[in-house]
Amino acid sequence: MMPLSETGALGADGVLLTAPLIGFAFGWFLERGGLGDARKLTGQFYLNDLTVFKVLFSALVTAMLGAFWLDRVGLLDLDLVYLPETWVLPQALGGALFGVGFVIGGLCPGTSCVAAAAGRLDGLGVVGGMLIGVASFNAVSGWIQPFYESTSLGAVTFADLAGISRGMGVAIVTGIALAGFAVASRIEGTRS
Amino acid sequence: MKRYSDPYLAGIGIGLVLLTTYAVAGRGLGASGAFSSVLAGTFDDWVVLELAGVAAGGFVSAWVSGRFRRAIERGPHLTGNGRMLAAITGGVVMGFGAKLARGCTSGQALTGGALLAAGSWIFIATCFAAGYAVAPVVRRLWR
Repeated sequence: MMPLSETGALGADGVLLTAPLIGFAFGWFLERGGLGDARKLTGQFYLNDLTVFKVLFSALVTAMLGAFWLDRVGLLDLDLVYLPETWVLPQALGGALFGVGFVIGGLCPGTSCVAAAAGRLDGLGVVGGMLIGVASFNAVSGWIQPFYESTSLGAVTFADLAGISRGMGVAIVTGIALAGFAVASRIEGTRS
Repeated sequence: MKRYSDPYLAGIGIGLVLLTTYAVAGRGLGASGAFSSVLAGTFDDWVVLELAGVAAGGFVSAWVSGRFRRAIERGPHLTGNGRMLAAITGGVVMGFGAKLARGCTSGQALTGGALLAAGSWIFIATCFAAGYAVAPVVRRLWR
């Protein structure tokens, strides 16, 4: 039964030991997919290279289907996997700021580390900027607190909010992803 | 220098890594959280060690594929210094946004998205919407 961390099969030290190994595999696949290249990433927003969408959604759907079915057959208890909490307005505004920063900087936090590790100085620039951005947030966190703590819905899925089953939610996301992949190949087909 | 692999294969690989993370650690992947930890002087928590692994994995993959190169990736109209300024500026805005959203592309979009977390899908929607809205304005950075 999994997660191993929650069932006692793997102690705290063991879980900590998995972090660099899991990170290594994550960084490996990010680099292989071309996500350490800022020009490739920003191509998403000018519709001439849709790698970001393809990698993000194929990864998301793979993990989503795997987690759903492992839970369904009783190998993984999804109730024991940490579900990020929902804070409607902070996440809406935070996501928008993130998107703006992404297009200007050309890399996201994880991929900036990959870019820097692959020798790209602009990756290092984004890493430095991230540190300044996080420190700036910390500096004004007292002032932002009321907004930051507003519109909390707790640990909920969109399926919970819509009153549909998890399986239906999984089916909807899969459908959106497959439609997106079809649109992506059409867009790239007309541009190359 | 080898070509990048198929994006769908890379995506499936990342998806299996994320699934393994759920199954082994009861949590998902992260990146922006590591920046917070490091600034707080914590270097031995899960996400910091994971992000160190990301850098190592990225380095080894680039090295064995002949893609390791000391360079500044930039659009055709930008000087190296201009690109560095944009990189830092983008990083600042993104770092602030990731703190406000309590996560980034890894911790929210990927990890929470695959668990159907409501807030993660809000993040995905506003992130892409804002990206497309601002892309024409900063077109000279990239095109």
